[in-house]
Amino acid sequence: MSLLDSFLVRATLAGIGVAIAAAPLGCFVVWRRMAFFGDATAHAAILGVALALALDLPIFGGVLVIALAMALFVTWRSASQSVDTALGVASHSALAAGLVAVSFLDGVRIDIEAFLFGDILAVGRTDLVVIWLGALMVAGLLSWRWHALLTATLNEDLASAAGINPKREQLVLTLALAIVVAVAIKVVGALLISAMLIIPAAAARPLAETPERMALFASLIGVLSVVAGLAGAWFLDTPAGPSIVCAAALIFLGVSALRR
Amino acid sequence: MTLLNVEGLGVKLGGKPVLNHIDLQLNPGEIVTIVGPNGSGKSTLLRAIIGAVRPETGHITQKPGLRLGYVPQKLQIDSTLPITVRRFLDLPRRIAEDEAITALSRVDANELANRPLSGLSGGQFQRVLLARALIGRPELLLLDEPTQGLDQPGSAEFYHLIEELRRELGCAILMVSHELHVVMAASDRVVCLNGHVCCHGTPEHVASAPEYRALFGTGTQGALALYRHEHDHAHDHGHSHE
Repeated sequence: MSLLDSFLVRATLAGIGVAIAAAPLGCFVVWRRMAFFGDATAHAAILGVALALALDLPIFGGVLVIALAMALFVTWRSASQSVDTALGVASHSALAAGLVAVSFLDGVRIDIEAFLFGDILAVGRTDLVVIWLGALMVAGLLSWRWHALLTATLNEDLASAAGINPKREQLVLTLALAIVVAVAIKVVGALLISAMLIIPAAAARPLAETPERMALFASLIGVLSVVAGLAGAWFLDTPAGPSIVCAAALIFLGVSALRR
Repeated sequence: MTLLNVEGLGVKLGGKPVLNHIDLQLNPGEIVTIVGPNGSGKSTLLRAIIGAVRPETGHITQKPGLRLGYVPQKLQIDSTLPITVRRFLDLPRRIAEDEAITALSRVDANELANRPLSGLSGGQFQRVLLARALIGRPELLLLDEPTQGLDQPGSAEFYHLIEELRRELGCAILMVSHELHVVMAASDRVVCLNGHVCCHGTPEHVASAPEYRALFGTGTQGALALYRHEHDHAHDHGHSHE
């Protein structure tokens, strides 16, 4: 009997995988004021779930495709719309279309709530592999492009002058975001993915004086939230995904109160 | 050998022509200043040179391997992004400690190394931006309104520093400026821009050119007229800074 036989161990490992991918990416989301972007991508992912179920594809693949399509749509939106508007239109249309599409899927009995709120306690071994592969991809992508991403985030012209293409760096972030959404949907669900991106980063901000430290502290806070949230869910019999987010929010409040 | 050669450059932003038929050459060690009213394409010209906007027509050729330092017009540091002056100098690549110290002491900003970027005053910030542009010993410095937001003594000091740097490093400087009186004193050549090159030459030549007077008037070397002119066009932000 291996340790992975315990659903609680699998859930913890899954949560930690999501946290260490989402937290550093979340720092960029915060620095670039892309919070709504993350939210919108996550909501649109429900359409990806429906698509995957209808075509009998892996959920991860369906979500990745829709999250990417959504991000690209917004990146190359028409100039006459603001980002906010384009995001609002795209994400809610996709979410609604996804919910409608799922209702057409006779024969497939699925619990859409599992994708809206996550079902971390049902994470299997395959899920775990997918989550950790995704997490490592995101971590690798971010550390590979770290300096270029940071330069482009500070100022696009400064990046151009240094031979960095800010559009390409934006694309890297978009791709990373799509991967995080795709792996996190099972863990915290479409509605709470943004929380895993933003809350650890926001909590880490007052503790850090360099970008690297902020990313590191955000990851630690993310991991701590997962462990504390799952413990809370176990002892208090509360839903796991929302409990993780609550734990992160409590850490955020604690740090903010201490640093005032 | 020229550092930079701009030939027949045309740039459109959002489908609107911003620059037309710009010709400009830059030689080693010279200070060239671009003046022009708001929306005349000054920043766009610099952004085309660094490759941030694509030319619609014409080309920009640089001396092969040209080392270039750039100071953007404004840089807003989001308060959510923690970064110290020292860490900022490490972008986009890490530099050696003594290199950082040299760059900071050149602009008299040694004591700022561990300060957060978001807590600097306007003058300190400009000096730090300049320090970063000096890393790697640039042959050409591009400065986009480097004294914006500085008071009169502050900007006089800044231009003094730039002249000093040119003397020490022998780099050429291409800058955009609003302060005509300082520009006239500190530049080898002036380019008057208004979507196209209205006139260019020595400061004396440009100041007496009819095209320049048409844009800026004649009083106090045009400085007052420029402010009035700007005021008239406060609503017109034709050129985009993004």
